[in-house]
Amino acid sequence: MSNLARIERDPNYQELVRRRSSLGWMLSLIMLVVYFGFILLVAYAPKFLGIPLGSGVTTIGIPIGLSVIVLAFVLTGLYVRQANSSYDVLVRKIVEENRS
Amino acid sequence: MKKFSWLVVVLLAGMPTLALAAGTIDGGSKQATNWSAIGMFIGFVALTLVITYWAAKRTASAADFYSAGGGITGFQNGLAIAGDYMSAASFLGISGLVYTSGYDGLIYSVGWLVGWPIVTFLIAEQLRNLGKFTFADVTSFRLGQTDIRILAACGSLVTVAFYLIAQMVGAGKLIQLLFGLDYWIAVVLVGGLMMIYVTFGGMKATTWVQIIKAVLLLSGATFMAGAVLYKFGFSPEALFAKATEVHPKKIAIMEPGSLISNPLSAISLGLALMFGTAGLPHILMRFFTVKDAQAARKSVFYATGFIGYFYILTFIIGFGAITLVSTDAAFLDGAILEKTKSGIAAIKGGSNMAAIHLANAVGGNLFLGFISAVAFATILAVVSGLALAGASSISHDLYSMVIKGGTANEQDEIRVSKIATLVLGVLAIFLGIVFENQNVAFMVGLAFAIAASCNFPVLVMSIFWRGLTTRGALIGGFLGLVSAVVGVVLSPAVWEVTLGYAKGSAPIKLDNPALFSMALAFAGIWLFSVLDRSKRAAVDREGFDAQYIRSQTGIGAAAATTH
Repeated sequence: MSNLARIERDPNYQELVRRRSSLGWMLSLIMLVVYFGFILLVAYAPKFLGIPLGSGVTTIGIPIGLSVIVLAFVLTGLYVRQANSSYDVLVRKIVEENRS
Repeated sequence: MKKFSWLVVVLLAGMPTLALAAGTIDGGSKQATNWSAIGMFIGFVALTLVITYWAAKRTASAADFYSAGGGITGFQNGLAIAGDYMSAASFLGISGLVYTSGYDGLIYSVGWLVGWPIVTFLIAEQLRNLGKFTFADVTSFRLGQTDIRILAACGSLVTVAFYLIAQMVGAGKLIQLLFGLDYWIAVVLVGGLMMIYVTFGGMKATTWVQIIKAVLLLSGATFMAGAVLYKFGFSPEALFAKATEVHPKKIAIMEPGSLISNPLSAISLGLALMFGTAGLPHILMRFFTVKDAQAARKSVFYATGFIGYFYILTFIIGFGAITLVSTDAAFLDGAILEKTKSGIAAIKGGSNMAAIHLANAVGGNLFLGFISAVAFATILAVVSGLALAGASSISHDLYSMVIKGGTANEQDEIRVSKIATLVLGVLAIFLGIVFENQNVAFMVGLAFAIAASCNFPVLVMSIFWRGLTTRGALIGGFLGLVSAVVGVVLSPAVWEVTLGYAKGSAPIKLDNPALFSMALAFAGIWLFSVLDRSKRAAVDREGFDAQYIRSQTGIGAAAATTH
């Protein structure tokens, strides 16, 4: 039990939790807002998505839909890069320091 | 091992006879037996059986059986997750949807993808750090084992059952069309091969079957989309212009159509697609096959990339089919064409065949054979993943943890798992035959609704909320499960289409119940946890700190045991 308390007081652990949860929840929020924004557009403003781009038949809805897909991938990549470069380092430090 | 070799011999020997039988059945009709498809399919099956043999020799412990000993790399697991997710339903279904209504197909693709970032940010690493074989390991980490395992097993099995029935019926229909085999032979073949993969090769074989299929499917779809774009000088604008010219709905296919009319229904479906992904047991199980949290997170990143890329391809394939299939009399049913004057409505075998006919249009008979074999392989792989998830839930959660109280002998547990796989396989074959002529399209939606309303709320609350108690999880989880099932039965899709009551008489207007069933689940979990003053509740809350530290750092997490 004392080991748990020690980890909880470890500044590295506190930093890890703070950074991981703030990034994780923030990115989740972005994804939710973007996705449900898209769904609300589909439900309430389908005609907006049907506006043609320039003189052709391609509508504004196509790049919007595709960018939601690309955004999902980019956000995941951002999180993974952040986690690989800094969270894993913190985790290793915590494990090293609290080996009992 | 000897038993296994025998099965292989019998199966391989049986294969050409089946094909021959198909030839005689179809000899007189216009649907010729596709020999290149059958040849490539036999090749695929032979390869997967070799892999299963290899995996069977290396599968001794429970960890090998359930989680491939934790020896799968992040990249491999990313492919396997993508393979689990890119079912024949999504390949043929989404391209078919694009074929009939254009832009609406993209709405589904987006919905099916956006759950993945959420899985990465909130679930993947925590799951790997806390669990061992099933997601119930995580939800029951600090809560009462018996109750929570039963809840998780119910959630998993109901999800798996509906998903499995939908896949089996789809498989039977598809194979009947592609290979000219009888419906029941197709269903028995799929069920039989699935039982062999899972019982002998466990997670190792299932994963590799999934990886091979994912690679085949991604390459086939890439070739098809590339060939379509090539025909239009790599100009999407030219492709869209031609499509709007030949499609009876004209320019309307470039904007959201009638598919989503009611805003609440749209949001509800969106919730089910997004959070259902994070509650599918056969997907969650994959996070235990990698060595640590880092590999788990990388695997979702790769999976998100593959799946997103695949959905963009299906969009191009759907539009390609509009331009190349609906305008070619060879792919259309003359009688329907005469009546409706619409190449879209007249497609042979229904809109789900759009991608298959397109394969023929761009790559000839040989490529048609390849895509048909890939579609069959896809069904086999997805069905195997589902069966393994169901069997693990029975053997690990119910048998080992609930009935034996965690003291089960490892070999017994594996044996129960194999028996469970066989029972599930026989059941899947039986239900597949029973539901042959039913409309099962709602079942995939139902599986997602249950996953989003029962598995996901309990999982996410157990990981992040200190206040969660056993009683709260149990009542909230069952509320979500029951309301999702009732909501689907009372929805227009089942009440009016499947049960045949008058149009407009459905008691609930939402096509997907996730909006209220998820709300009920979260509200129930919160309320009954807050009100819980029992002794067990104190233990549940006290356990949170230790669980949280392990979920964040992985200290004490189950290690990989690969040799």
